[in-house]
Amino acid sequence: MTVSKEELLHIANLADLKIKDEEIDKYLNNLQDILNYTELLNSVDLKDLDETIGANDSCNVFRKDEIINFDNKEGIMANAPEKERNMFKVPKVLD
Amino acid sequence: MNNITNLTVHELVEKLKSNELTSEEITKAYIDRINDKEKDVDAFVTLTIDDAEKKAAEIDKQRKENKETSQFAGIPIGIKDNLCTKGVKTTCSSKMLENFVSPYDATVVEKLNKEGIISLGKLNMDEFAMGSSTENSAIKITHNPWDLNRVPGGSSGGSAAAVAGDLVPWALGSDTGGSIREPAAFCGVVGLKPTYGLVSRYGLVAFASSLDQVGPITKDVKDNAMLLNIIAGHDEKDSTSYDIEKKDYTKNLEKDIKGIKIGVPKEFFGEGINEEVKEQLNKAIETYEKLGAIVEETSLDVAKYSLAAYYIIACAEASSNLGRFDGIRYGYRAKDYTTLKELYVNSRTEGFGDEVKRRIILGTYVLSSGYYDAYYKKAQKVRTFVKNKFDEAFKKYDVLLTPVSPNTAFKIGEKCNNPMEMYLADICTVSINIAGVPAISLPAGVDSNGMPVGMQLIGNRFEEEKILNVAYKFEQEIKFRENHKPSFKK
Repeated sequence: MTVSKEELLHIANLADLKIKDEEIDKYLNNLQDILNYTELLNSVDLKDLDETIGANDSCNVFRKDEIINFDNKEGIMANAPEKERNMFKVPKVLD
Repeated sequence: MNNITNLTVHELVEKLKSNELTSEEITKAYIDRINDKEKDVDAFVTLTIDDAEKKAAEIDKQRKENKETSQFAGIPIGIKDNLCTKGVKTTCSSKMLENFVSPYDATVVEKLNKEGIISLGKLNMDEFAMGSSTENSAIKITHNPWDLNRVPGGSSGGSAAAVAGDLVPWALGSDTGGSIREPAAFCGVVGLKPTYGLVSRYGLVAFASSLDQVGPITKDVKDNAMLLNIIAGHDEKDSTSYDIEKKDYTKNLEKDIKGIKIGVPKEFFGEGINEEVKEQLNKAIETYEKLGAIVEETSLDVAKYSLAAYYIIACAEASSNLGRFDGIRYGYRAKDYTTLKELYVNSRTEGFGDEVKRRIILGTYVLSSGYYDAYYKKAQKVRTFVKNKFDEAFKKYDVLLTPVSPNTAFKIGEKCNNPMEMYLADICTVSINIAGVPAISLPAGVDSNGMPVGMQLIGNRFEEEKILNVAYKFEQEIKFRENHKPSFKK
């Protein structure tokens, strides 16, 4: 499959990344190289094979729905780029 | 007293036990060594030397007072910088987390602390563990102690270089597609990628959650088994960790390997594998035959399919896992923005390096509507195909023997401009992560440049004991550490 410039920019937007005009060709080429390499998967006979979701075949793991206190809340808030009282501060979302 | 740093951990443990050495003496020897060699190797992102000295004094005091301590109490260690350490920076070698201080310890770090093992600092890596040379670090370039102009491999390059250069006695790394084994091979040390689920991933900054495993990087096989003993085990904070009976991985190291069946998959020795790598591994095969193992050529055609599936699956998972870095709760936040969307986009665009962005974009692409079936779903089926092939192989063989990487350590800058060429460095290692089985990398010899050549031994799931045993017998026979030393050549 060939990736177009428009598609690349759409994907970058979905991923919340900005690609500068001068970087577009580089990203397109790199992406195309890797996608071309993955073409060889078409030669594997995958008939009758299920998908493997993870490396182990464990099913759901349940635990009790109980509150466990985390004792280092200051440590969490210390990493916040911007905060007010004990809350993370973000730009205005609603007008 | 710099010969202290040349000792293995099991030797240090003996010397602590017999009071020949104190923890302070050991820690001091390592600090001196770091002061001498770190400027050449650049393995560390953060040093915690002051704290280490204090802890060493405390442990010596406890020993003097005959308080009960673990046999490993007072032994130093280095930790890859994607494992969370409470109160100490965890950067993932990224601008995104340059100032991030974890509010908690990873489970494996907690286990080290419980043993009284002392961290000397956090070790350099490819940004978010994405890379095979540690050149993708946003912090610094790490140099290979065997030749400072060459890469140490990656992504756990800081860990492998620090162990090889005697800057730490042992270290923790992480392996998603070869990130423990390839640097171990490039630096002439021993690295193990455990079975998926043997070691808790809690507090390991996630790259590709269904492939990531934490594992030991050590000077020899016995140290490797000892560190695995410490970190293995079920953790309720990681629901993919297995609840299996605890084993002592040192117990069977010396077991006779006469009659053990070793398969040598011919596809791993094909096109693209350096002749000198093949030559050293052929010698290793002869050594195994001499030891009474039954070595047979076999077919296991999974490497190139695994690599293709790996870059789809790993990038897909990474694009999702790295969505959390948005500049809100922690990590880098851009200076210029007005809207929330701009805050996200600018923070991520400025905070992530090229390779990370490349993989996020690839991952987002293969998961996006219209392409999901063609790429992601197909890759998940290939995963089943690869697992089945390994299952078949382990019906016939105890252990599989392959190269770790097609080449020995390459020159710094040599592969920087071609991502696909860099990805091919993982061709021999990724299928192991895809199948979830364990594999160990250990030195088999050196090439004509004096650079270490790695050998990979692959086992069936949860058969770490077997590969450690087969690795140990080989190591005892060729005595790599006695015959070869890093030269720190400039």
